Amino acid sequence: MSSHVVPLKVYIGTFLGLLFFTALTTWVAFIDLGPFNTVVALAIATVKMLLVILFFMHVRSSSGLTRVVVAAGFFWLALLIAFTLSDELTRQWSPIPSSWGPGISQSEPQ
Amino acid sequence: MADLVAHGAGHDLAATHSPDLKHHFDNMTQQFDAANLGMWVFLATEVLFFGGLFASYTVYRALYLPGFEIGSRLLDVRFGATNTAVLICSSLTMVLAIRAAQTGQRKAQVVLLLLTMILGAAFLGIKFTFEWRNDYLEHLVPGVNFIDRPEWGANAPHVQMFFIFYFIMTSIHALHMIIGIGLLSVLTWMAARGRFTPDYFTPLEVSGLYWHFVDIVWIFLFPLLYLIGGRYGVGGGH
Repeated sequence: MSSHVVPLKVYIGTFLGLLFFTALTTWVAFIDLGPFNTVVALAIATVKMLLVILFFMHVRSSSGLTRVVVAAGFFWLALLIAFTLSDELTRQWSPIPSSWGPGISQSEPQ
Repeated sequence: MADLVAHGAGHDLAATHSPDLKHHFDNMTQQFDAANLGMWVFLATEVLFFGGLFASYTVYRALYLPGFEIGSRLLDVRFGATNTAVLICSSLTMVLAIRAAQTGQRKAQVVLLLLTMILGAAFLGIKFTFEWRNDYLEHLVPGVNFIDRPEWGANAPHVQMFFIFYFIMTSIHALHMIIGIGLLSVLTWMAARGRFTPDYFTPLEVSGLYWHFVDIVWIFLFPLLYLIGGRYGVGGGH
């Protein structure tokens, strides 16, 4: 079979890395970084995800076909979020034509 | 792992194959890869299933940031962080169970699978009996007993919307955990009967992929729900 037995220390190292990043992200949330709190939290979550995918889910040693499927899943997720936001975040850019009537208003961001 | 026997004069030799090799596969490697690929295709659909929730969370958070920050600070970060650690431990015991199958240790498989189930149940126990119970007692459950607080002012409807996201996302995640524990109980039974060998442990591997995926969903839910409001400055909810 294709799968080989991964050394114990790889699993233990991944596990300790995940615990470390969990503690780190919790600690950082208590420090005021302004908008960068969100960036740091999501960056750490992405690193943790990569650790799980590469080592626990064995993508590091998987076939090219499997890797394409994994990448496609995240590519479609990126499309979903990018197109949704490109709609939502640009709705305020142009006013609603007055000919549409007085009763229509745009949703206002707070 | 090579085939146990090379294909000779057709399938008269089939009896000397691994008994776990299905007839429509050439060899154990192909069979394993096919199952693995199928699970990843399913997980890609799961990414988009949860992705719809994450995308709508992102939109409403962008629209109503102050309300979402108030809501986030009302959650108890200690429970969220503890549950993250519990799930990470369960992912470790899951990979170790697969490793035990690869090295032919039957007893270790059973023990590690039971540990994985116990850790999964611990996650659900913390979530249901501590977190959700506290939220209920603090009147933070939309549609059940949500009560606006004066200090929220005009943000009150948006705080409620944050809690709608919180409960829908965590309950769908919890449902995945319950399904995972169900899978694990079947696997434990199979492992106890010696069903898995170094040649054949495909059900363990693909169920492990599912379990780790559910872990990854929580790895993102934890910062998005508990941390992103920022925990500094103004006194939190607790």
